[in-house]
Amino acid sequence: MLRAALPLLGLPLAAAGAAEEPTQEPGSWGEPPPGLALFRWQWHEVEAPYLVALWILVASLAKIVFHLSRKVTSLVPESCLLILLGLVLGGIVLAVAKKAEYQLEPGTFFLFLLPPIVLDSGYFMPSRLFFDNLGAILTYAVVGTLWNAFTTGAALWGLQQAGLVAPRVQAGLLDFLLFGSLISAVDPVAVLAVFEEVHVNETLFIIVFGESLLNDAVTVVLYKVCNSFVEMGSANVQVTDYLKGVASLFVVSLGGAAVGLVFAFLLALTTRFTKRVRIIEPLLVFLLAYAAYLTAEMASLSAILAVTMCGLGCKKYVEANISHKSRTAVKYTMKTLASCAETVIFMLLGISAVDSSKWAWDSGLVLGTLFFILFFRALGVVLQTWMLNQFRLVPLDKIDQVVMSYGGLRGAVAFALVILLDRTKVPAKDYFVATTIVVVFFTVIVQGLTIKPLVKWLKVKRSEHHKPTLNQELHEHTFDHILAAVEDVVGHHGYHYWRDRWEQFDKKYLSQLLMRRSAYRIRDQIWDVYYRLNIRDAISFVDQGGHVLSSTGLTLPSMPSRNSVAETSVTNLLRESGSGACLDLQVIDTVRSGRDREDAVMHHLLCGGLYKPRRRYKASCSRHFISEDAQERQDKEIFQQNMKRRLESFKSTKHNICFTKNKPRTRKASRKKKDGVANAEATNGKPPRDLGFQDTAAVILTVESEEEEESDSSETEKEDDEGIIFVARATSEVLQEGKFSGSLEICPSPRIIPPSPTCAEKELPWKSGQGDLAVYVSSETTKIVPVDMQTGWNQSISSLESLASPPCTQAPTLTRLPPHPLGTEEPQAPLDLSSDPRPSFAFPPSLAKAGRSRSESSADISQQQELQPLMGHKNHTHLSPGTANSHWCIQFNRGGRL
Amino acid sequence: MGSRASTLLRDEELEEIKKETGFSHSQITRLYSRFTSLDKGENGTLSREDFQRIPELAINPLGDRIINAFFPEGEDQVNFRGFMRTLAHFRPIEDNEKSKDVNGPEPLNRRSNKLHFAFRLYDLDKDDKISRDELLQVLEKVDVEQKMSIRFLH
Repeated sequence: MLRAALPLLGLPLAAAGAAEEPTQEPGSWGEPPPGLALFRWQWHEVEAPYLVALWILVASLAKIVFHLSRKVTSLVPESCLLILLGLVLGGIVLAVAKKAEYQLEPGTFFLFLLPPIVLDSGYFMPSRLFFDNLGAILTYAVVGTLWNAFTTGAALWGLQQAGLVAPRVQAGLLDFLLFGSLISAVDPVAVLAVFEEVHVNETLFIIVFGESLLNDAVTVVLYKVCNSFVEMGSANVQVTDYLKGVASLFVVSLGGAAVGLVFAFLLALTTRFTKRVRIIEPLLVFLLAYAAYLTAEMASLSAILAVTMCGLGCKKYVEANISHKSRTAVKYTMKTLASCAETVIFMLLGISAVDSSKWAWDSGLVLGTLFFILFFRALGVVLQTWMLNQFRLVPLDKIDQVVMSYGGLRGAVAFALVILLDRTKVPAKDYFVATTIVVVFFTVIVQGLTIKPLVKWLKVKRSEHHKPTLNQELHEHTFDHILAAVEDVVGHHGYHYWRDRWEQFDKKYLSQLLMRRSAYRIRDQIWDVYYRLNIRDAISFVDQGGHVLSSTGLTLPSMPSRNSVAETSVTNLLRESGSGACLDLQVIDTVRSGRDREDAVMHHLLCGGLYKPRRRYKASCSRHFISEDAQERQDKEIFQQNMKRRLESFKSTKHNICFTKNKPRTRKASRKKKDGVANAEATNGKPPRDLGFQDTAAVILTVESEEEEESDSSETEKEDDEGIIFVARATSEVLQEGKFSGSLEICPSPRIIPPSPTCAEKELPWKSGQGDLAVYVSSETTKIVPVDMQTGWNQSISSLESLASPPCTQAPTLTRLPPHPLGTEEPQAPLDLSSDPRPSFAFPPSLAKAGRSRSESSADISQQQELQPLMGHKNHTHLSPGTANSHWCIQFNRGGRL
Repeated sequence: MGSRASTLLRDEELEEIKKETGFSHSQITRLYSRFTSLDKGENGTLSREDFQRIPELAINPLGDRIINAFFPEGEDQVNFRGFMRTLAHFRPIEDNEKSKDVNGPEPLNRRSNKLHFAFRLYDLDKDDKISRDELLQVLEKVDVEQKMSIRFLH
């Protein structure tokens, strides 16, 4: 190993090469120095892992280089390029070391390289699609593979009998059948590598790909049976051996699947209890899946089938149990490992082909094999499809059949199996190796290159890259239920019946057993949908907030640009799916004179900016040193702040609409609150007036408290939610937070402190355009707000219409309506919030366990005190702040309970 | 069972059902035997209770609505003809059927009829309105022909 690696190393490290050369044989370096060596070269100690790492590095770098040019990769599949690269590298190794090294070792391949790829494909297999087409997949995998193996083997034997294969190829019928069995199996690695770039429609893909995964069992059995027959010698084979061969097919396939399912069960069960050790969740997934592979391999069952079933079976429960971060980690690690393994496999394939000592060429055999595998594959596909189409609701048409025949790629599995042959038992091994290499190269390179143009030329239905909308999913579920019911009525136990039964069973027992209670509860009901909508909503909010802020940071806020920002797709998506959770109804855009605006911007910018560094330091610190709890708490804080801000913006809109007369009152209350006097817990009843608000607030507030909920005291800094950085970070955390805890916990902290306004902002009433605004909002929101909420809306609108527009002390400010209705959903930037009336913000006492810390409030006080003398406007309110506070408080309580 | 069913079913009735629903002779006799086995009162019609006796249907979340769909407006009994008419909605469309649609009565397994059936499942108060008008729009996207067909009724 070492000797061959060094020349390779030597290429990039030409200078170092001379120094390295002698060290590779430490014995010949002379006597070890008697004293303390300052510098010792210990290559042999790190050799093996170093080389592995180096190979992967080379492969990855090659990948990067390939993708530098988009033109090349769009034409040539990556697998082809890697094989070619392998050929070149192998040539170099051969030229330098005078002997071939770094072949694809079957042991390495089966134990280390194959499992990640299979796990990846099993885990991310679209299970519904897979089971919908299970019949076709199984037929192609079992019947097709058997057909291919026997026909190819027999035809080659016939070819030899006809004298077209050179007589030096010493092989009997059994040898050819053995060869046929290993060459006939469609290879999952090759298929995946090529088809992933082709993007044919899902049904076609799942059939070809599922076949390549499931035929492993058949291949293993055929290979083993034929191999033992060859070893026994054809004369000694008894009838019982044939029967045993057939029986072993069932044992190997069903056993492999059973092993996989057992491990999937264990995996799901284990992840149920990892709540406190989140960090090992991804590891568990990999370990248990690998254990499944090794166990199946140990029992000489179908290991590929085991891992596939393990991934397929555990996914639903594991995904529900593990945290969002772990999910991401699993996904990326799996993809990385699979991609690595795939890259290395193709490269090693190329390198292995260079070694001429291992193979011997025979044109008749090679050409015959190539022809036969293509011919019999096509014939088999046509025959089986004809048979299947008698039973399929959606028949596979001719074009599909062409792609399926042509997509039957052979790959590394065949190569590894042929290398494993015993030369003493199979004298023609070298010829078989050569033929296999040619077949693999031909299918991967020639077919891989041409399949894309072929698919284009035949106009194969491509896959559609849109996720089904929520509505679509709902209706598909409805159809499932309808069909199951009709099958019940008809008394026919068909596919829908069994799927329905399975779902019932899963819901009643398996999910109860394997899922966390919290996760199960989410899955259980409409909460799942509800919660996803909330997450999307929150993302869109934070996302847009980030944009707005960044644009504010760079330039003065220009409303048109902000509106264009608000176009982001998430919000639109949200609306498309008919969400009732639309919260940001904030459309107030007060435009003031340029100077005031600039002042305000500067003020808020500075306020935000001044607190940011401290916060940032803390964040970076916690990421490394503080335990995850602290990190999580911080994330939660940020998330809460965002939600609070949002709530506030929402509330201020509502306030404008319904509480115009109360404006000064609430402002007073808010100031009082800042003074730390008013507390959220005041709950003396005052009837809430705003129905609409309650309903919508309920959409945000979580209804169920979570088992993982720790409503810790979030010591939120005052202004740092305006920081761009934190908004951006919070985006990712929103997901984590929600998915993990299953509910959007917001506002456990009892206070919200709006950005401190500038005096000008406080003094000048910018609210002249409320009438316009309200009408505008109402007209739009009737489309967005669900029916049951519309009563509330209508009430609020009518109450608004009865209001006189508030007096303006200044020249009437223009209220710009956003240029298009999308603006309704645009979240309000904090800057604008500050100009709105600020109601005090109180949270339900149940959630507001944690009081705010004194130190913060004192900080607030000091800031307020600075500002207050400058405030020119009087308190118009005669209501005590406590009542105003409690008023809001009640509303939130209602909302929370809904 | 099958022979008993076919003897009970009159030939002209069978022909009419065949014409109306497009089912084959053997399918009709098979379904008739199912119909009679469901018909506990043995009066040639099914009541809601007969349907509710099917254990799987009882746990189906949409079970009640689907049972409802078998009954014509305001009636509590459904005869074999009505039974078959409802089931015909779930018969897959064959290629040769698509072309001859133009003349003759509209077959029940047409896309529009399948959609109408689905619609009725949503339209509980039978006012021919579903409160969310998005619904139909969404149904356009679903491959209804494929989704609302059962192999068995082919």
